[in-house]
Amino acid sequence: MIYCAGHSIISPLGEGTQANIEAVQAGRSGLKKYTDRFADVEPFCASLFDTPQDFVPLCIRSIELALNEQIIKCENAQTIFILSTTKGDQLDLWSPAQQIAAHFHNPNPPIVVSNACTSGVCAQITAMRLLESGLYRHAVVVGCDLQSRFIVSGFQAFKALSPEPCTPFDPNRKGLNLGEAAATIIYTTEPTDSWRLVAGSIHNDANHISAPSRTGEGAFLCLKDVLNGVQPSEITRIGVHGTGTLYNDDMERIALQRAGLADVPMSVLKPHFGHTMGAAGVLETILCAEMASNSQCTMHNSQIIKMLSGFGGVNAAIRIEK
Amino acid sequence: MLVELYRRFAGDYPKFFKMDTLCRLGFIAAEILLKGQTSQCEKEQMSIILANRSASIKNDTDYLATISEGNYYPSPSLFVYTLPNIVTGEIAIRHHIQGETSFYILESPEQLEPIIKSYFSSPLKGGPRGALTGWCECSKPNDFYAKMQIIYGTTD
Repeated sequence: MIYCAGHSIISPLGEGTQANIEAVQAGRSGLKKYTDRFADVEPFCASLFDTPQDFVPLCIRSIELALNEQIIKCENAQTIFILSTTKGDQLDLWSPAQQIAAHFHNPNPPIVVSNACTSGVCAQITAMRLLESGLYRHAVVVGCDLQSRFIVSGFQAFKALSPEPCTPFDPNRKGLNLGEAAATIIYTTEPTDSWRLVAGSIHNDANHISAPSRTGEGAFLCLKDVLNGVQPSEITRIGVHGTGTLYNDDMERIALQRAGLADVPMSVLKPHFGHTMGAAGVLETILCAEMASNSQCTMHNSQIIKMLSGFGGVNAAIRIEK
Repeated sequence: MLVELYRRFAGDYPKFFKMDTLCRLGFIAAEILLKGQTSQCEKEQMSIILANRSASIKNDTDYLATISEGNYYPSPSLFVYTLPNIVTGEIAIRHHIQGETSFYILESPEQLEPIIKSYFSSPLKGGPRGALTGWCECSKPNDFYAKMQIIYGTTD
């Protein structure tokens, strides 16, 4: 078990976790239609920063917002930096991680998790293992992706993008929208008064590199693992991936039914932020955990599951306790 | 060279020819290690954890060529390989492995050791576990390197 010691979100909806919570509660969305943002690309709908951002400074700003220097000393060798991203800084993943860690004077080589759209959850699982095995005491997990001509053209070629704001789990859903964000969670081995990461699991469908399993195989195995020690009825909320593509949402429905979780309330955040790729797992974990505590939940103990799936047939899930 | 190795060690998997170089490299390394082996653990407990320094840069560059200005024909079949973890998925499909698949971008192969160590020490579930793990790098055409091993352990 590892404990949250700070978090932040920077998205087109606002700077800081609180600003983003308020935007979601007010029903605001960062999704807009773009016709000439990238050359040659067909018009698309996405959640993008008004002013194009630079990758490394954006990650640094996100980490600074999340840091509580009284608990975490970045320059300490017991702190590890973990970056979750799919495309990094214009296709370079290693150098930006190194620049971010160097900015905070961290002496360890950083770790980059690049596990497609599950990266943000996988990065937290990596942090949990490294901290639980005693190799480090603190982890700075930052997730970030910025959109580009490269990514938008590829998703369009795949016919995965919805021309309208996405409608996950709607029978008439038309596909996903891409998004930009940076989000950070600081984890530590010492108890804090915030939420804690108690379990995490990653499984492959072993079925197809770009289509989810029809039986939700990998996602089901992940859910089964993170339910170890609790009953499905104890789960208070599930943050699904909910991209709004036909196959993803159906796969998740099947996996949730197989795991006995069909009746648990679920959160879908893509209509507010789009699919923020490497940031998604970090951003959505923060919002699921923070907003669960702000709801009129009468139970003392919230048990939240966050799940994600991605290209390469990979699925990941974590369980957060509050 | 990779095609020659494919003919020598596999030869029965035409999907190989659709793969980018990084996937072909990982596929062959895994083929040499796993072929004819009886796994010592359940397929849900066998994992594939690989790393490199330059992610999917070689295939990223190939995809970029399909969206160059004045010659814009984005290829979905190239785009899907613009993620480094696709090689772990290709190996998982070939060998019916349903455990973890993870891909890390690291400074050097040594940096993977503590990650693997912590994977085996995480007490998610008891029983035998295995991991196909190592370095799988292709930064330029005809410039590739893979070094993999299978590690078995138990978390009991």
